[in-house]
Order: sequence, then C-alpha cells, then structure tokens
Amino acid sequence: MIQASGEATQSTEKFAQMAQDRRWRMVNRTIRLNGNQPDALIETLHAVQDSFGFLDLEAMEYVAHQLRVPLSRVYAVATFYHYFALKPPGEHTCVVCLGTACYIGGSSAILESIHEHAGIHPGETTEDGKVSLLIARCLGSCGLAPAAVFDGEVAGKLNPAAVVEKIRRWTSHDSDA
Amino acid sequence: MTLMLEELQHIARIEKERQEGFQHRIRVCVAAGCLSCQSGVLKEALEKEVSRRGMENWVDVKGVGCLGLCTAGPLVAIEPEGTLYQGVKVSDTGPIIEALGGSPVVDLQCSTDLAFFSKQHKIVLENCGKIDPERIEDYIAERGYEALYNALRGMTPKEVIDEISKGGLRGRGGAGYPTGLKWTTVSKAVSDTKYVICNADEGDPGAFMDRSVLESDPHRVLEGMAIAAYAVGANHGFIYVRAEYPLAVKRLRTAIAHAERMGVLGNNIFNTRFQFDIKVRLGAGAFVCGEETALISSIEGRLGKPRPRPPYPAESGLWGFPTLINNVETFANIAPIIRNGGAWFAGIGTEKSKGTKVFALAGRVNHTGLIEVPMGTILREIVFDIGGGIPGAGKFKAVQTGGPSGGCIPEQYLDMPVDYESLAEVGSIMGSGGMIVMDQSSCMVDVARFFMEFCMSESCGKCVPCRVGTTQLYNLLNNITRGSAVPADLATIEELCDLVKNTALCGLGQTAPNPVLSTLHYFKDEYLAHIEDKYCPANTCKMKTATFHCDRAQDG
Repeated sequence: MIQASGEATQSTEKFAQMAQDRRWRMVNRTIRLNGNQPDALIETLHAVQDSFGFLDLEAMEYVAHQLRVPLSRVYAVATFYHYFALKPPGEHTCVVCLGTACYIGGSSAILESIHEHAGIHPGETTEDGKVSLLIARCLGSCGLAPAAVFDGEVAGKLNPAAVVEKIRRWTSHDSDA
Repeated sequence: MTLMLEELQHIARIEKERQEGFQHRIRVCVAAGCLSCQSGVLKEALEKEVSRRGMENWVDVKGVGCLGLCTAGPLVAIEPEGTLYQGVKVSDTGPIIEALGGSPVVDLQCSTDLAFFSKQHKIVLENCGKIDPERIEDYIAERGYEALYNALRGMTPKEVIDEISKGGLRGRGGAGYPTGLKWTTVSKAVSDTKYVICNADEGDPGAFMDRSVLESDPHRVLEGMAIAAYAVGANHGFIYVRAEYPLAVKRLRTAIAHAERMGVLGNNIFNTRFQFDIKVRLGAGAFVCGEETALISSIEGRLGKPRPRPPYPAESGLWGFPTLINNVETFANIAPIIRNGGAWFAGIGTEKSKGTKVFALAGRVNHTGLIEVPMGTILREIVFDIGGGIPGAGKFKAVQTGGPSGGCIPEQYLDMPVDYESLAEVGSIMGSGGMIVMDQSSCMVDVARFFMEFCMSESCGKCVPCRVGTTQLYNLLNNITRGSAVPADLATIEELCDLVKNTALCGLGQTAPNPVLSTLHYFKDEYLAHIEDKYCPANTCKMKTATFHCDRAQDG
C-alpha cells in the first residue's frame, strides 16, 4: 500500500481505537468468521449496518482498512445494493411493500396518504427525525397484501387510514406506540 | 463419530415414538405469513395454557412451517384429528384446548375439504406444516437424509445424475433448463475445486415460494445440495439468500449447524470420503443478483453485475471454478427423486414438464397462499377451484406469472395447462412461481408501467439497451397513464421492446419488455382508451383531462 507514512500511522491508530468499541467488535467478529477475506465485504457491511443502522464514510474507511480493499470498492458496493443505507434512519421506520400483490392491493394509496400526513416520500425521514419511510420490492407476505413493516414487525391487510394512524402515534407522543 | 443408516433410523424411531406419545399434537404455523398475524404470541399462549392445565405430557404444541392458506392466518392444525382452525386469536386458546378429543370449535374451523387442499399434490411442500423446521430430528423422522445416504453409499455420481435426468426435472428458477444436463456439464468439468450454489435470491415481486420452503423445511434444501455436490464432485456450497428474509436466514443457519453436528454435513459423511460444507451468503437487495453470473459476482463480494455467457458457470463460475447453480425449489425436489426413483417423478406432470410446481397465489383471489400442483394443471382450476375465485363482485381479468419477466394471461386462455411450453406460447413464462390474479380494478397499462419501473430501477446499468431502454419505455408508459401520449408512441414502444429484448446482456433486460408486450397484445383496447380517449377503463390512472371521463360517461 503506497501512502504517506505519517497519514497511514494516524489512520491505523484511529482504527485501532475504533476497534475497542463494542459495536465494532461485533463487526470484527464477522470479519474473523469469514477468514479476513475481502470477498466477505457484503457480509461485513451487513454487520456494520446491523450495529450502527447505516454506513457512513468513517465506517466504510474502517471496513476498507480491515479487509484491505480500496475504499472506492466499498463505496461502490454500499451504493449499488439497495439494502444499505448511507443516512441514519429515523427513530421509527415504516417499510411499505411495493410487490405486485401489494401494488394491485393499493399500496400506492398508502404511500400517498403517508405523504399527505407526514410529508415524506420513500427514502426520506421526517424533519423531527421520528419516522423514516422506505419501500420494499416484495416482503413475500403476498397473502396478506397490502403489507408493511413497522419497526421490524410485519403487518398485513392494511389500508391508508390504519397506516396513517400508526404513524400519527409515532409522531405525536409515542409513549404508547 | 460418523452417522450410519442404523443411527439415522434410530433417531427417526425415537422421534416418532416421542411424537406418538402425545395424544394430541397442536401445530401452529410459524411461517412468515402467519407470524405477521401474531402466531408467535399465539404459540406461546397455547403452550402456557397447556402447562397451566397440566397437560404437557399428552398435548404437544409445536411450531411448523407454512400450512398454505396464508389468507386465513394464523392457522392451527390439530393432529391426529385433522382439524384445521383459521384466524385463531390468543383468546381462543382455552376453547381449542377444551375441544381436544371432542367436537371441534365450529366458529374457528376451516374445512379441509376445500379444493384449495384437495386439488394439490405435494412433493416439495410435503413436510411444510408438518415438521418443526428448527429440529433436525423431526426432518429425519420423515425419512430425511435417507436419500443422501442411499446416494452416497449405494450409487455412483453418474447413477445419481442419471436418476435426475430420468425424472425429467427442469430448473425451477424460471427458465426450465434440464437439471440433469446441467449436472452432467459440471460433473464433466475437470477441476479439483467445484462449487454448488443455491439461488435463494427470490427477487420477483409477488413470489414467496422459496421463502416458505426455506422457512418450513430447510433441511430438504441442504440434503438436495449435498446430493448435487456428490453428483458433480463439489465440496463447498453456498446459499445466496435475500437479507430481506431474516427468518429464512436464521432457520437456514440453525439447520446447517444441526446438520454439521449430526454429521450429515462436514467430513466423511456417512463414513464415505465425501465431504461437503455449506455457507450462507446474504444478498443486499439487488434484483439482478438472481441472474447467475451476477449472483456469483455478489458472493465474491463485488458489485452484482452480470457478465456475458459463455463461459457458463458450469465451466467457469465462482472464482473461476466450475459451479453448479440451482434454485431452492429445484434442490427441494432432489431428495424425493432419489428416494422414489426418476420414473416415479416422470410419472407426474406433462410430457415435457415433469413433477409439480409451487406457486405463490396472490392478488384478487379468495384463497391466497402457497400451493403445489402437478405440471399441466389447468389455469382455471388454479384460479377458481384452488384459489376459490375472485372476491366480491369482481370479474377475472388476467393472471400475471413470472413477475417482471413474465406476462399477463387473459381470460381466453384460462383453460390452458400450466407448463413451461404453454406459458411461453401465450407470451408469459413459468418464472419462479408468482401468480397474481387481477380483476377489472387493475389497469393493464398501469401494471406494465409498474413492472417497467421495477426493471428500470433494478437495471444494473452495465449494458446500454437495458439501462437506457427500460428508462425510455418507462417514460413512454408513464405518458400513457397520464394521458399525454400520442398514437405514434405505441409503435415506438413496440420497436424499443424488440430492441431491448434482443440486445440486452442478461435475462433482466432480455425479459423486461415481456409485461409490456403481453399487455399490449391482449389489452390493446386499454392502451388505446388511454391514448385516444384519455380514459382509464379501470379508473386507476389519474389522467390529465379528468373531466373527459364524465363527458364520456354521459355520452355512453
């Protein structure tokens, strides 16, 4: 690796310090389990996202360093795959399924009513950082169309009013949500 | 210690005795569909209720895989009575337990005489809803890993391949390539290292067969992979599964750990020189990774971009080594074929399409869920008998198969047998098995636009026809649904479809025009209504000149 030596030592120190963090230790575990191989890049990024919720530049630099792959490749992979988020998610997330069954079951009406109520489009987070709206290509819960995932829990046979109600509870005082 | 047949049978016997020791067995569906209707909580409530009444010794509560009728979840089956309950709530646990051994709770009962159940033929799904997917003993009790034993101890690799070829199994991922032929190619490739990959990147929207198989019966897939590895001479396997299926991933990992501990994966399996290990690799939400070369690239930790074939993965696949890639359902068919013989399998289905096919039936039908029917079953039977017809006052319009690579089949073909060739003839494909029924409330132009939007955003961008072509097609279709298209656009669409179809690099681009072509062929009147009359017959599209609609209604 050709790099200005002073800069290299500095970043190595920084990464060594980061490695002490409990969350990074989880990531390191994944790297070790895959034999420190560069081909485990996607697995590693999954581990980072599981620990931190998203991938920022620092995380990508860390992964590039640990797996000895160019940062450009880490960035390319992180942006190519839809599953990876480069922005921190809101406090709550709502993932609306846009699979065929959900689509013909009215999921676009659900998205519209969320936009009307919370002012967010898919991929956006409300200004107060409470709710993120995402879309899924297909959750595989087609028997329950239209479906959505609220903070990790799948709910089916939805209608716009029920979804908006759920989000309203999140955005107001969410003591009971 | 290596496991031998006697031990395998011993485990099966003990497990059978354990199960038969219970007077009643309550099976709660804990596959994804029912879990999202809180069946996990329900299972706990049933367990609590059983222990509160001190009935643990004669009533067994177990979580099982998909019971099929997802629309009526959560489902609970009672054995040996054979009662099926639907839409069960936690408050129903008391009555259900009280009814054990007596007459069932009528309000909750779901008739098992429904055509939904009686018209199915289960091979791939034979254990779904029967066994606990998290216990290997339960799988072994249903003759699990016996086929692997027979293959390893009693057959040469060539004999295994011959049996598969004799069965006439074709790839269940969509294209229908003969499995035996693929295996032969990989087995003939000369290399010390070979790989077996299970493609569980079920990206088609509207398809959840692979997910259900992995969640309900993961060992069956592992066994199929191990038999395949023995047949082609591979020692390492990968399962590439969607990260969006956390439950399937968890159950696969559990199953692999159990299989390794039991000795049916690892070194010297069944005291032979055969060794095989399986690793799970997670996808990350890229539809194109279902294409085999893109999938390989993704397992290698790179961007999921396809490359031109040949060379096919059978010659140069993962890290340049010969690689066998099959779909989940294909692997799930292997153990039964080895156990019952190729001739048995070839006896099911049609002349060119053998065996059964699992479909995820969804959309505007009464009984949505997971079904398995013999190849060649009439489409009308699937939609109206098994699916129970269209709900409410709806009228059948089309059935969509093959997801974004398939097409819409209109009413006049309802009496067509469902097999690879017949579907191709009417401009659709078998695909992985998603089957979405649509009624008059679905606008076919909008459906075409929906799939094109999907292909446009999932295009990896490597080749121009797909990257640019899908975007142009999307724009044209979008104009139609907005009421701003001109008649000449239809010719442009047809021309573009032809171009993308014939020049795109991989299957994604080559098949992306299919939904447009098939809707344009069968529902041209809808396209014309949008373009010429600025009117959406299904009343789905928001046309520019909304007032025109009213005028027209008055005229009519």
